[in-house]
Amino acid sequence: MAFTTQLSLLLIIALAFYTFAKRSVTSARNRGELFHSLPNYYGLWVGLAASLPAILLLILWSVIDIQLFQHWVRDYYPAEILAAGGSQEVVALAKVENLVAGIRFGDPEAWVVEASSAWSAWEHSSTTAKTVVALLLSISGGFVAYRKISNQFRARNAVERILFWALISASTIAILTTIGIVLSVLFETIRFFQLVPPTEFIFGTEWNPQFEGAERAGTGGGDAKYGMLPMFAGTFLISAIALVVAVPVGLASAIYLAEYSTPKVRATIKPLLEILAGVPTVVYGFFAALTVAPMIKQAGESVGLTVASESALAAGLVMGVMIIPFVSSLADDVINAIPQALRDAAYGLGSTKSETTRQVVLPAALPGIVAAVILAVSRAVGETMIVVMAAGLAANLSFNPLDAVTTVTSQIVTILVGDQEFESAKTLSAFALSTMLIILTLGLNFFALQIVKKYREQYD
Amino acid sequence: MTSFKQINDATDLTMENAIIKTTGNVFVDKPRMSARNVNVYYGDKHAIRDVTIDIAEQEVIAFIGPSGCGKSTFLRTLNRMNDTIDICRVSGEIALDGENIYAPSVDVVPLRARVGMVFQKPNPFPKSIYDNIAYGPRIHGLARNKAELDDIVQSALERAGLWNEVKDRLDQPGTGLSGGQQQRLCIARAIAVSPEVILMDEPCSALDPIATARVEELIEELKQQYTIVIVTHSMQQAARVSDRTAYFHLGDLVEVGRTEQIFTNPSHKLTQDYITGRFG
Repeated sequence: MAFTTQLSLLLIIALAFYTFAKRSVTSARNRGELFHSLPNYYGLWVGLAASLPAILLLILWSVIDIQLFQHWVRDYYPAEILAAGGSQEVVALAKVENLVAGIRFGDPEAWVVEASSAWSAWEHSSTTAKTVVALLLSISGGFVAYRKISNQFRARNAVERILFWALISASTIAILTTIGIVLSVLFETIRFFQLVPPTEFIFGTEWNPQFEGAERAGTGGGDAKYGMLPMFAGTFLISAIALVVAVPVGLASAIYLAEYSTPKVRATIKPLLEILAGVPTVVYGFFAALTVAPMIKQAGESVGLTVASESALAAGLVMGVMIIPFVSSLADDVINAIPQALRDAAYGLGSTKSETTRQVVLPAALPGIVAAVILAVSRAVGETMIVVMAAGLAANLSFNPLDAVTTVTSQIVTILVGDQEFESAKTLSAFALSTMLIILTLGLNFFALQIVKKYREQYD
Repeated sequence: MTSFKQINDATDLTMENAIIKTTGNVFVDKPRMSARNVNVYYGDKHAIRDVTIDIAEQEVIAFIGPSGCGKSTFLRTLNRMNDTIDICRVSGEIALDGENIYAPSVDVVPLRARVGMVFQKPNPFPKSIYDNIAYGPRIHGLARNKAELDDIVQSALERAGLWNEVKDRLDQPGTGLSGGQQQRLCIARAIAVSPEVILMDEPCSALDPIATARVEELIEELKQQYTIVIVTHSMQQAARVSDRTAYFHLGDLVEVGRTEQIFTNPSHKLTQDYITGRFG
């Protein structure tokens, strides 16, 4: 029986319990009995007791039984596969699972057929047992909860407690996912560092993983180099150009919106600015590659400069336009949050509007504005598409905005696109780059949070 | 029961749109500021109706009245703070030393330096104590060098009675002071630009009784040099600090007179009802 069927069965039972408990409490109240909570809460309490534990059991059971089958199926493997271990076992497991799913490649070996029929049998009995136990748990849970109902029972508080735990588990999911992402990248990074020493990776100035295959085959032609500095220099250069565009323009429009515009103008301009944030980055990418980059090349060459047809400048400028709404929208919120009393104080001393803005409002909003800028930096550092399309892939260690450079994210993309073997240093280097990028952006976010915290202590 | 009926009568009277004629003496011999037939509108609401009053030199005049009577609105017309509110319109004439401050040629920025303001809630800038005081002198270019600025800051703090409490921590944020100290800091900030008139909009309503007493003492001292207009909810405070008192009622200026006369022998029925606590 499919998971959705089991789930809907449980929900129907829960609904029945809910209606039943609510009705019986309502009629008891109508007979003049006094209850602690409203009938709805007794219904919710019984309904939740009939559904939540059973659903949790279903999920846990489904996760655990596959692990068990994978362990049991090893009994059917021929001795030589067990002896070889590692990837051989993975292949054997894949063969069995394919056959269970009904996918046949040629004529499977006898042990595979045997193992897969055993697996199907386990699966069948597990599903049956799972369904029966879940339904029993649901009904008994509902029944026990219903028995607990009395005039004194505080169903309202009980439901409140259940909601509290539901909310906590929802936020835990986000945290666990983050930890999972970091760990998965971290393990691959450790494997990479077994092949390439960390010092070579962190301080190396040459990036050239393309020769990896040639090096292993021993055909000569060059050594693979894994120095991350050119990419981080490229990331830094492009982000810096983007910020030079986004911070002044974003801040100025935020000041205009918050301090100078009338409410009507503001209501029109702010959403228009935020449309910029809604444009897909791939669209920015080809705008940069097809419109801005040739314009820069032409303009540069007309004054006698050598400009690469894919330049850091083009990517940086367009990325800057992309993050303008991040700066302007956040800064606008921060400036709006400055109490009117501060502005009144400045006006009352005879300040003009721009003096008030520059000397009172902006300094008070500064921590929040810095936090907005740092969030924009994180965005710029993590941006991939524009760079892939407009800045090229040449890993030059250069700070000249007219050169072609590359960034960490665009290298990760190029390494992982297409078929890859997972045992090679080239593929694993993408994970090492990711780790470094995560460390960088986490650091930036942490920094931003510290500033926001300080900001909260500023006035009041 | 009788008193309740009287209140209703009084309210009905104003609701009929008959502007109450001000009783008492609104004029003085040498006015520092004078308002003539001032009307203020918030959109369609007629918030101040035909108010005429003089404010003398070196006096403390208190504006009292029930909530929403327009006393704060009228106060804010005296240094054109209402200009920052889009829907607010002012008609009539307000003169400072004989010059109409609503004339088109008048620049509002130096006006507000001459007519300073202290607000209901202490609102120090989130800057150091020193920078709070130095802000006004800096934007108006009152000091030629650091030493002069130091002098201005010190004398403003001394006159506000705050110097001894803060002289060792001038570089610390003004927001870290207690509520009463913050309000005296705001008063010091206002007098640092040497205004002629100081407007105070319920300056003690956010303070405890001890801090209130200190601010009241301060007002008593500042009277020697400045003209002070104070809006207050507390009739005791008006009686303690002011020379003259003006009673506002629903946008009308009902009565103006010497403070002791207003509180002992009011000539208008509405004033009498208010100060005897029948409503407010």
